[in-house]
Amino acid sequence: MVTKPLTKNIDMSRPPLDFRAYVAAAGYQSMRVIAKGMTPADVLQMVKDSGLKGRGGAGFPTGLKWSFVPMGTGAEQQKYLVVNADEMEPGTFKDRLLMEGDPHLLIEGMLIAAYTIQASKAYIFLRGEYFVAEKALQKAIDEAYAGGMLGNNILGTGFNLDIVLHTSAGRYICGEETALLNALEGKRANPRAKPPFPQVSGLWGKPTIVNNVETLCNLPGILTYGIDWYHSLTKGSDHGTKLCGVSGKVKTPGCWELPLGTPIRELLEDYAGGMRDGLKLRGFLPGGGSTDFLLPEHLDLTLDYDVIGKAGSRLATGTMIILDDHTCPVGMVGNLMKFFAHESCGFCTPCRDGLPWVDEIFNDFENGHGSEKDLAILHDHVEYLGPSRTFCALAPGATAPLGSGLRHFREDFERHIKEKRCTYK
Amino acid sequence: MAKIVIDGKTYEVNPANNLLQECLSQGLDLPYFCWHPCMGSVGACRQCAVKQFRNAEDTKGALVMACMTPANDGAIISIEDPQAQKFRAQVIESLMISHPHDCPVCEEGGECHLQDMTQMSGHNYRRYDKKKVTHNNQYLGPFINHEMNRCITCYRCVRFYDDYAGGTDLSAQASHHHVYFGRHEEGVLESEFSGNLVEVCPTGVFTDKVFSEHYSRKWDLQTAPSVCVGCAVGCNTTPGERYGSLRRIVNRYNSEVNGYFLCDRGRFGFEFVNSDERIREAQHVVNGSSSPLTDAQVKSVFAELKSAQAIGIGSPRASNEANYALRCLVGEENFYAGMSAAEFDCVQLHIQLARDPAFHIPSVREIEQADAVLILGEDVTNVAPRIALALRQSVRNKAKELAAACKIPQWQDAAVRELAQRQNSPLCVLSPYATRLDDIASDCVIDSYAVLTNVAYAIASAIAPAAPEAKPARERAELVQRVAAQLLSARRPLIIAGSSGGAVMLRAAANIAKALQGSRHSPVDLCILAQEVNSVGLGMLAGSGQNLSAALARIARGAESRAIVLENDLFLRAEHGAVAAAIDKLEQLVVVDHIATATTQRADYLVPSTAFSEHEATYINYEGRAQLSYQVNRCHSQAQPAWRWLHTQSDMHVANLVDRCAAEAAGFAGLQAVLPDTSQFIAGMKIPRQSHRYSGRTAMKANLNVHEPKQAVDTESPMAFSMEGIPSQKNASILGAAWAPQWNSNQSISKFQAEVNGELKQGSVGALLLQKQAASGGFFSHDLLARPASNDGLQLAIAYQIFGSDELSARSPAIRERMTAPYISLSPADARSRGLAQGDEVAIADTKFTATVCIRSRMQDGTAALYCGANEIDQFSLPTQVELSKTGFNSARGMRGLIVSDLHEEGY
Amino acid sequence: MNSEVIASNAKRPRKLSTEEIAEIEHELTLYPDKRAVGLEALKIVQKHQGWVSDESLLAISKYLDISPSDLEGVATFFNLVYRQPVGRNVMLFCNSVSCWIMGCEGIKQHIKDKLEIEFGETSADGDFTLIPVPCLGDCDRAPVMMVGSDLHRNLTPEKINKIILDYRNK
Ligand SMILES: Cc1cc2nc3c(=O)[nH]c(=O)nc-3n(C[C@H](O)[C@H](O)[C@H](O)COP(=O)(O)O)c2cc1C
Ligand code: SF4
Ligand code: FES
Repeated sequence: MVTKPLTKNIDMSRPPLDFRAYVAAAGYQSMRVIAKGMTPADVLQMVKDSGLKGRGGAGFPTGLKWSFVPMGTGAEQQKYLVVNADEMEPGTFKDRLLMEGDPHLLIEGMLIAAYTIQASKAYIFLRGEYFVAEKALQKAIDEAYAGGMLGNNILGTGFNLDIVLHTSAGRYICGEETALLNALEGKRANPRAKPPFPQVSGLWGKPTIVNNVETLCNLPGILTYGIDWYHSLTKGSDHGTKLCGVSGKVKTPGCWELPLGTPIRELLEDYAGGMRDGLKLRGFLPGGGSTDFLLPEHLDLTLDYDVIGKAGSRLATGTMIILDDHTCPVGMVGNLMKFFAHESCGFCTPCRDGLPWVDEIFNDFENGHGSEKDLAILHDHVEYLGPSRTFCALAPGATAPLGSGLRHFREDFERHIKEKRCTYK
Repeated sequence: MAKIVIDGKTYEVNPANNLLQECLSQGLDLPYFCWHPCMGSVGACRQCAVKQFRNAEDTKGALVMACMTPANDGAIISIEDPQAQKFRAQVIESLMISHPHDCPVCEEGGECHLQDMTQMSGHNYRRYDKKKVTHNNQYLGPFINHEMNRCITCYRCVRFYDDYAGGTDLSAQASHHHVYFGRHEEGVLESEFSGNLVEVCPTGVFTDKVFSEHYSRKWDLQTAPSVCVGCAVGCNTTPGERYGSLRRIVNRYNSEVNGYFLCDRGRFGFEFVNSDERIREAQHVVNGSSSPLTDAQVKSVFAELKSAQAIGIGSPRASNEANYALRCLVGEENFYAGMSAAEFDCVQLHIQLARDPAFHIPSVREIEQADAVLILGEDVTNVAPRIALALRQSVRNKAKELAAACKIPQWQDAAVRELAQRQNSPLCVLSPYATRLDDIASDCVIDSYAVLTNVAYAIASAIAPAAPEAKPARERAELVQRVAAQLLSARRPLIIAGSSGGAVMLRAAANIAKALQGSRHSPVDLCILAQEVNSVGLGMLAGSGQNLSAALARIARGAESRAIVLENDLFLRAEHGAVAAAIDKLEQLVVVDHIATATTQRADYLVPSTAFSEHEATYINYEGRAQLSYQVNRCHSQAQPAWRWLHTQSDMHVANLVDRCAAEAAGFAGLQAVLPDTSQFIAGMKIPRQSHRYSGRTAMKANLNVHEPKQAVDTESPMAFSMEGIPSQKNASILGAAWAPQWNSNQSISKFQAEVNGELKQGSVGALLLQKQAASGGFFSHDLLARPASNDGLQLAIAYQIFGSDELSARSPAIRERMTAPYISLSPADARSRGLAQGDEVAIADTKFTATVCIRSRMQDGTAALYCGANEIDQFSLPTQVELSKTGFNSARGMRGLIVSDLHEEGY
Repeated sequence: MNSEVIASNAKRPRKLSTEEIAEIEHELTLYPDKRAVGLEALKIVQKHQGWVSDESLLAISKYLDISPSDLEGVATFFNLVYRQPVGRNVMLFCNSVSCWIMGCEGIKQHIKDKLEIEFGETSADGDFTLIPVPCLGDCDRAPVMMVGSDLHRNLTPEKINKIILDYRNK
């Protein structure tokens, strides 16, 4: 029985499976299942039933998202599938693994998604710096065309799909799905207002689905092995497996495929080998730079969307960033703030003008010029940059480490003010 | 209608709008930056946040951007909610972190939306003490200053310039808090509507460079409601004066005409008023030497002329009152329209068509409603620029339609654009050269007028078989069918024509409209462009056939030996030789004008009149809309309004004259409706032209006399030349500059509108004079232009330029910087066969004129379009077919400043 | 309406090479709207020229009929479009959070000292341009940087010395 559907073919010590080897390893089976007579509506129902949630960060149910695409004869016929392969969230390194390690899996996932919404064209929006992934994907795409899995009338279903591999010119905001669409259209990547959602008016005004790489890689297993199998994978309340990573000063940082519901402690201590000798865990961001700090007391929580949500943070990308007791939390948050300030698209006021102020204040803290007044301004910005106040979720993402950092590491901020220096240096 | 609750009070609102617009329509104060009534919402600035509650039980609520939230029935919101207030204060604090706070030296100061909103949002003390972001500024040409450090990144400039006005050379650049708005490199802003940036920008990034040259604070300007004299659209303006000179012009809202926007000719072309070429005193010229005349002497000259048979030549740039007074003086049979025969024919036909119940002459706002447009031989951008801007909105009706089908509200600006991509409503342009609207055109036919007229008649007959038949060339047959089908299936089709294509083309336009009308049983929009501010008014006053040629012929016959020319340079309107010969014949030429022209140089009696800002007057625009323009300031010279010189009765007021004209002149009934309703004035107090903050009044003339001079008394109008009085609180049409408590910028206009972007309270959109008359007969018979017999020579069309083709604005220094020398457009093949290259200077055979060669890739072979410069070439002396010979290469004179979309580049 | 005021001092577009044109033409087949190809064309030109000069930008503008201002707005938005000349090798140095925790500041200092440049600058010999880049998605092997299209992981000052030497000798 397959227990690691995402990584079963991945062995980074050799090149990824080519088309033939991939097929031999039960690859593209899902399309054969579909070709036996599943309608798009059948596939949609199956994905809904699987309980798959988006792995791009927001954890939105994938089937539900697809169901908003207007279908039928009256609807716009041209639809698009877009793969969000822009992975730029600080501390996140999971999609890279999938694309470099098993590119055909992504293509198979794309076929399923595109079939469901009857999109004849798909774009992979790949981070520009991912040269290895670019090569691997382009090779896989070419092979899939040659193998009859892309192009016209795939497996006699009458369904056509073309995939274009697009590399980004680089900017974190391009990961935001509507900004991504603008970037694909060759425009400045400012996000778009929602509604209308991309499912209704997306790429070039046509119905469009944007999904994360990992989300799509879940699909082949679901179609091939069925719902029951998929539901049997988890140890917790959310379904499937999840790529989980650990970075920071642990013994063996890395990225692994784990059943959802795995305790965080297991990830940190068994997989990542625990903290480096002489260091203690002070806290961690559970799912990339846009999540709230959790503390050592949270180690026994399980990797579940709701569980981590209840603890005040988010599972998001599932890649943890570890803060140890010899690293300055003020500096760490400051580093994130510099990132967010620089990566703001510059469209809405709080993000564009609020984050640079926050960044300047962290610079002052770093250089021993922090003041109580500035600390108060930081607190103001946690609220000011929060959800619904900005145009998109970038700035609210920044408030996650900022707000929780201020809360959990208050003494560190105060020590910086009192001693007029960074006490970790 | 929907009911919503705002801070506990229930309001009736329009659910098709967003909450911000509805709050403002209700007169509530809610700060905003990025939203604009004409440009919709994008949700960038976050300044308009309010609290919205899910239902009556919800006490927590959530912040929403009012501009991005529909005013749905049952919505419950709070502007005053403390969290919303706090957030708005944070937004403004944030916007101001890098703002230089240079209000004392900033030209926006005192009418700055950012100042107002800062106050309104409650941001007082700067907490930000880090480094500010600074930018470099760009040279943007003679009209606009650039001071990027003041930018608050609301994106309005590019949304206006690119999205609304179709400009391509201004963009948002860079990102995060380094976003920059400018050109890709320094240089002249190309759009004809760049001046609106001054008003669209909520702070002082884009300011009026012409104004800078002689700057004054808004509150120190004496202002009055005025009408632009730049073309026949009649946009409403507010000129500002100080120390006797006109300092600037800003837009004055009129829901039916110009709305919120002006063109650059109108905004920057006023400086002829301050020109050294103004005529300041009355003169009697004998053998080249002039002697001054007193007022009484002038009066007696006219009194004498009244009894003598004198010819009066009126002017399309003079007011109704002046033209009417001249007509009264010389008698109707001796009154001539100072327009060429061809032009006058068009104006008369224009008036006739406007009165025909089959047609409707649409206002600018109505033009924006069109969903299929056909332009016949007219370069709209250069002839009636504000209408070109309206056409850019009309093609977006397709997008709005698509959005409606997807239930996307019309004000969701970015979403609507995104959905529609490049899909536009059809717009077809028939023109002798590529025009500035081609980028939004679905079809363009570029050819000689002979061919264009044929195509036009063919479209009419494709729509209605009863129309006179015309066969288009085979390669155009498909286009003719397509355009006909587009017009037929449109909800509100629009045909545009003007005098450029002559009366033949106008008749073709009428035939097309009539053909359409046959199938829809309602009047069809037929927009006829006239050339000048009062072409229509003059056309209504002059009898049929009473054109300039007729006048010149009568003089040449020696029938009459005296003539009065009113504010008109005859050399611009007929062949120079004919004008000169006629003048030579005269014993006495009396010229009334405010500025020196070739005609005033020939005057025996030269009488100074006031310019548009120095008198009260009415003008009639292309629709037949009469509008009243108030006097802004007194003219400190001997000049008087022309009508005052011409009218023999001494105690005449404008109002009396308007009444009399309305009563006596055919077609003018209803003119008096434009006069203000004085009963609304509080306690009979006048409306001050100066603001209550007008400064320096006691000192401004102290170099001459330390006693404060008595303020001039205006006995004629409801306005006063002073700060005393009571400003109009509701009626913006008699308010110098719109102002409301807390709203010092032009955005205060919403306080005077019945609803945002709607009519001004108490109407005041002018009076439509051209009443419908009995239905006309059938189609005009088919009188195609003859195609040239031979193929030698190029068929000539006259090209217009927004900067240069208008006589008065061409005297303004800033406009001059944008003017080009005469140029002649040719196709690449025609240039090649004549051995001509881009920028060559050529002589036009059989004339004494030269022009610069402009090779354009989209010109039709065998045709040429000539721009005559500011009357550097006498267009009336030109043959219909020309040949060219190279005289030299002159790149310096070249085509500097010329903007064309299809400049041919060798080798690219 | 891609028009321009005729001015004698304006920069002129350069001629695009046949390879550049071929690649741009290929991109045109992949997108339904040529506007989308503007950004691709900038990347193509950069690939061949190392950076996007004004003359290149104007050339693309002409070729695709996208106004220079629009293109400039796009070019300056993205991190990986260089509107200034860069050295033979571009070092994309990750300074995001995981690399920061793993000591990228020290590595950065080492590079700066070795090459005597700050972020955004090019070494005097024209060999390297140092540019900070957001998280390179290789956080389990931090600190990391890219030189050209090669990724270098688990950086130490010694590794940096070697990398610099290797590229100089290339
Ligand atoms: C600032 C920002 C950056 C984002 N970056 C990424 C990203 O790099 N990759 C990704 O898959 N999703 C990213 N997202 C989330 C996407 O907007 C979107 O939710 C996701 O692609 C949806 O895919 P899913 O439903 O498969 O998770 C980002 C969101 C925001 C607000
Ligand atoms: S929060 Fe605003 S400025 Fe920030 S990235 Fe989103 S839209 Fe752009
Ligand atoms: S006016 Fe509503 S966000 Fe700017």
